[in-house]
Amino acid sequence: MTQRNTLSHLDWLEAEAIHIMREVAGQCANPVLLFSGGKDSICMLRIAEKAFRPGKFPFPLMHIDTGHNYQEVVAFRDKRAAELGERLIVRSVEDSMKRGTVVLKHEGESRNKHQSVTLLEAIEEFGFDACIGGARRDEEKARAKERIFSFRDEFGQWDPKNQRPELWSLYNARSHKGENIRAFPISNWTEMDVWQYIEREKLELPSIYFAHTRPVVLRQGAIVPVNVPLVSGELTNLPKAGEEIIEKLVRFRTVGDISCTAPVESDADTVEKIVVETATTTITERGATRLDDQTSEASMEQRKKEGYF
Amino acid sequence: MTTHQIEDHGLLRFLTCGSVDDGKSTLIGRLLFDTKTILADTLNAIEKTSQKRGLGAVDLSLLTDGLQAEREQGITIDVAYRYFSTGTRKYIIADAPGHEQYTRNMVTAASTANLAIILIDARKGVLTQTRRHSKLASLVGIPHLVVAINKMDLVDYSQETYEKIKADYLEFAAKVGIEDIRFIPLSALNGDMIVERGERLDWYDGPTLMEILEAVPAAHTEHDEPFRFPVQYVCRPQDSTNPELHDYRGFMGRVESGSIKVGDPVTVLPNGLESTVKAVQIGGVDIGEAFTEQSVTILLADEIDCSRGDMIVKTAEAPAAVKEIRATVCWLAEAPLDRARTYLIRHTTRDSKAKLTAIDHRLDVNTLDKVAADKLAMNDIAEVTFKLAQPLFVDPYAENRGTGAFIVIDESNNNTVGAGMIL
Repeated sequence: MTQRNTLSHLDWLEAEAIHIMREVAGQCANPVLLFSGGKDSICMLRIAEKAFRPGKFPFPLMHIDTGHNYQEVVAFRDKRAAELGERLIVRSVEDSMKRGTVVLKHEGESRNKHQSVTLLEAIEEFGFDACIGGARRDEEKARAKERIFSFRDEFGQWDPKNQRPELWSLYNARSHKGENIRAFPISNWTEMDVWQYIEREKLELPSIYFAHTRPVVLRQGAIVPVNVPLVSGELTNLPKAGEEIIEKLVRFRTVGDISCTAPVESDADTVEKIVVETATTTITERGATRLDDQTSEASMEQRKKEGYF
Repeated sequence: MTTHQIEDHGLLRFLTCGSVDDGKSTLIGRLLFDTKTILADTLNAIEKTSQKRGLGAVDLSLLTDGLQAEREQGITIDVAYRYFSTGTRKYIIADAPGHEQYTRNMVTAASTANLAIILIDARKGVLTQTRRHSKLASLVGIPHLVVAINKMDLVDYSQETYEKIKADYLEFAAKVGIEDIRFIPLSALNGDMIVERGERLDWYDGPTLMEILEAVPAAHTEHDEPFRFPVQYVCRPQDSTNPELHDYRGFMGRVESGSIKVGDPVTVLPNGLESTVKAVQIGGVDIGEAFTEQSVTILLADEIDCSRGDMIVKTAEAPAAVKEIRATVCWLAEAPLDRARTYLIRHTTRDSKAKLTAIDHRLDVNTLDKVAADKLAMNDIAEVTFKLAQPLFVDPYAENRGTGAFIVIDESNNNTVGAGMIL
């Protein structure tokens, strides 16, 4: 008599994600895993360890750096890649600006959406045929309909009306030269799953995910961090004239370009406390913290069509 | 262990079938709302949209409206996935559209589901689309069906209406051969019998929809299945500085069905070589045994040739190796199946070139009749025969969804053009 077992939801999600990563490795000639130092991509690295150890990862790691990232996250990114002994490629939006392929509308414009240009340039430079990313379908409405293996044309564009049907767990990662595949192993995870996984696996995170005191201003209802030191030591996000700087106890739920990620008020200074807080929050992850998605209801969909993740 | 760790009943994937008119989006919205999955800012956004559209109450169906193009057309055009959790179980809803020409989307959504909710408008009863959705759910091998008779508020919560629809459905279900069917009266609009029982359906003494979802067995737990392990990737670190890794050959994959443990005699297909399992690992750590849906690495006692596309099975229960398959195929592409062309079939981790040799008959999903056919166009479902260049190791789909399913790929544009279920 065969023993019948049911996987816990985290074990099931992990097994699915491992399967997806191995499909990328098995089907694609030259994949890359996007690693930002954020919590979702930290989970992805643990999944890659479970998928490929004791071997090396069959892909390098890559970060598209806007130049406006939190010091703590950049330091963590480099440390984690070194601990794993895996190759980390960093390509910078600032280099695209120097080349003239990224032109900001004004100096203060968020560089977040311009990552698409730098990413496409890096894909071309290295000839990557697949990019593995940590996007989740619960993050945003447009993502809810994206496939786990998402086909992009030569311009990195996603066409929501022309996606390959995805049945069972039979993934089709075939592409012609110049085209590429974006693969999302944790598509089916929610923010809560991510935190539960971090807790179970005892994953280390950059310090800014935990409650800390930092100078902020209140701007249009959002808590906006100010005087944030960049890796160079230069301060960014300077307060506007007349804004009052206050010290607040906050943590980040999502970490990205400094210009568009805002923290939430919280005293959760451990993963356990964050899991509890996530279970009882009343605001969505992006709603609370992403200043870029609020521009229009369809802004994520628009960015994805332009090659964004 | 931390204090908030609670019992975990795994994960259930289910599908909702019905048209917008049946209140499908409202039902999903209601499930998300009543399980407190919808957070304040999302609710604010749909409140605003509801007001903009001049609606009196908050329209929960707006929660599942996805993309810009659809919002403009006011219809759902694809499969969307939603998530909620009850604390003891995580759920993934595949939201498939009910519109006639989207058979392919429903088949796609159904392929990963273990339960389907078939929505019926209590005012309209069993319709052609109800029959179509039920047939498709059964065809794709969904083991559990819930027939949700919705909009009970619009028929004064009449038990008589409910019983009449139930009787009609059962008469038709007997013909289709669906076994596990449960019926439930609902008002998604008012939230009756979804998470809360409400006070208007006192004559119904069965479980609420949520109670049904919580109690349904997880996939693969209901009967014994043979061990099937398609190899995805071979790990050969060839680390000359570490003697333990020097000869390491790990066969990586996901257990499609059954279980395996150290010491079990196995056969590698297609070469037929036999060995025994030396280790079962995850991430290089020994776990001793593995069962269905786990992604693991298997090490064998003997050094035998095995690569991606091969399958490791227990020696005593090998599947059939075939170079011709009969299958039910749903055609997914705009361009009809071209009998003159060679396609690529992907089955587990294995590919084979394939050519259609016969269309036995097409299935009319509305009448369930078998009709003669000489071509296959988008949304058509037919029983066909393919001739294969390479052998595949298959089980009938009805016995094993993992090793009974395949996709058809058009190599000219690399699109997935067909979905097949082996007979």
